[in-house]
Amino acid sequence: MSITRDEVAHLARLARLALTNDELDHFAAQLDVIIGAVARVQEVAAAGIPPTTHAAELVNVFRDDVVAPPLGADAALAQAPAAEQGRFRVPRILAED
Amino acid sequence: MDTHADLTALTAAQTAAAIAAGDVSAAEVTAAHLDRIAQVDPHVRAFLHVGDESALAAAHAVDSRVAAGQPLGPLAGVPLALKDVFTTVDMPTTCGSKILAGWQPPYDATVTARLRRAGIVILGKTNMDEFAMGSSTENSAFGPSRNPWDLSRVPGGSSGGSAAAVAAYEAPLGIGTDTGGSIRQPAAVCGLVGVKPTYGGSSRYGLVAFASSLDTPGPLARTVLDAALLHEVISGHDPRDSTSLDAPVPPVVAAARSADVAGLRIGVVTELGGDGYARGVLARFSEAVDLLESLGAKIVEVSCPSFSYALPAYYLIAPSECSSNLARFDAMRYGLRVGDDGSRSAEEVMSLTRAAGFGAEVKRRIMLGTYALSSGYYDAYYGKAQQVRTLIARDFAAAFEQADVLISPTTPTTAFPIGERADDPMAMYLADLCTIPGNLAGNAALSVPCGLSPEDGLPVGLQIMAPVLADDRVYRVGAAVEAALDQRRGHPLLTEAKGLEDAGIAEQEAGR
Repeated sequence: MSITRDEVAHLARLARLALTNDELDHFAAQLDVIIGAVARVQEVAAAGIPPTTHAAELVNVFRDDVVAPPLGADAALAQAPAAEQGRFRVPRILAED
Repeated sequence: MDTHADLTALTAAQTAAAIAAGDVSAAEVTAAHLDRIAQVDPHVRAFLHVGDESALAAAHAVDSRVAAGQPLGPLAGVPLALKDVFTTVDMPTTCGSKILAGWQPPYDATVTARLRRAGIVILGKTNMDEFAMGSSTENSAFGPSRNPWDLSRVPGGSSGGSAAAVAAYEAPLGIGTDTGGSIRQPAAVCGLVGVKPTYGGSSRYGLVAFASSLDTPGPLARTVLDAALLHEVISGHDPRDSTSLDAPVPPVVAAARSADVAGLRIGVVTELGGDGYARGVLARFSEAVDLLESLGAKIVEVSCPSFSYALPAYYLIAPSECSSNLARFDAMRYGLRVGDDGSRSAEEVMSLTRAAGFGAEVKRRIMLGTYALSSGYYDAYYGKAQQVRTLIARDFAAAFEQADVLISPTTPTTAFPIGERADDPMAMYLADLCTIPGNLAGNAALSVPCGLSPEDGLPVGLQIMAPVLADDRVYRVGAAVEAALDQRRGHPLLTEAKGLEDAGIAEQEAGR
């Protein structure tokens, strides 16, 4: 057993996924198999091997500091789930208690 | 041109030449393809959205240029099927997900903009596995696309909609994205040419991100030359993508035209074959090796021992990046919002929306990535996978000392039946066994058809891999294989696809 149902429930909370009990059962079994399989990377003797984060190792990519026209508020808000007074309207951020 | 239907059977190069010569108008070409879509797409289901009006307007603009004698690009007026992961100001962009259903982006992706600038006519947006996660299009929230060779089978994925559209003559060209094989694998199982350019060779700006260090836009076509022409249109430095390479585009069109492999050193990768590969796939692959030798190439065997760890490394790296990238779907600025009834907090709305808007595979990968990046597991999983990535790049570097290109089957099996692997993630992941190493190292790779499997009569793909920014080599070899096999067979392989006829859907006589 590489991962428990409780751990999967914790991952779902971290990832902001409100999963049902059935989904948790199903995913816990599948993730257990997948994690067991990907853990094979630990067999590799990798002492002293540097990590590769990226296929193209570019660093410090700069552009000229020239002002370009921005998207504009109307375009940015046009596809918002809810907008009010030229802003994104969101549910309350803080809990009541 | 003889008939309306003939127009859909032409290659992209032939179509562009006919339009430039005034033999046919771009509007006629577009109309013929829109008719073909109306006829067959209810069965193939390649498109999520067809933009009839915008396509015809783009075609008319090309016709105006022809009439005015203005210069045209080499693909002006040619219709194209665009994967629904690229933003388009005049069409929705859904990524095959309920969370973005109906989303109308406020800007064009760089790939989209370059297609438009070249006079290419975007017919519509094609189906895909949700957020490009999958190998069959079965993970699309809008249902699977069908393989034109056999409508009961998958067209591959994640760019399966674009592949199905090109294979069903709904468009001569398609654009896909390749993160772990998502262009090459659908090309292989649909009998097409598909290319993953060198990472950074084609821009990711406006491509909705899955795994940013791997995602690569590229062409799908029915011929190697058509793929090369499209490759040139979309490639080249883009200051809006910080990973875009500021280097000349490799001479892929010239390479596709040369098709000369005499003296080229071709390496067969020991680790990409044997157990787990279908017999029919290995039979066609071994014939392709013999064919290349007969064309004057020098065949060598090379070993890349770390490749056996590519699949596990990929299924840590890609989900890790996806768990971070898909955090942007938070129900606040765009897309779906569920449960915002005044009683719930932003966090509750976010969790309900993501649970309702994402499909099973996306949820699995987000949780897998969250796990791999968790404190306490990071070194053992994500860190180790990044070290494997270094070893794979070193294996490639050593192999390219011995060989100019490397070859393997593109996929271990031919197209599988819809449903067979739908809820078996590990079985699904195996479809990308041969293509993943190239993504991890960022090099160029192409899949070209190398015949039909004697076991099931379905297409088999030959994968050709080249070093970073040596994309021209994969076209050179691909074109040589294509020309020799077409000559031997007497007709292009795709003309043998009978899935639509077998299903009783009227085929227009078009010499195909």
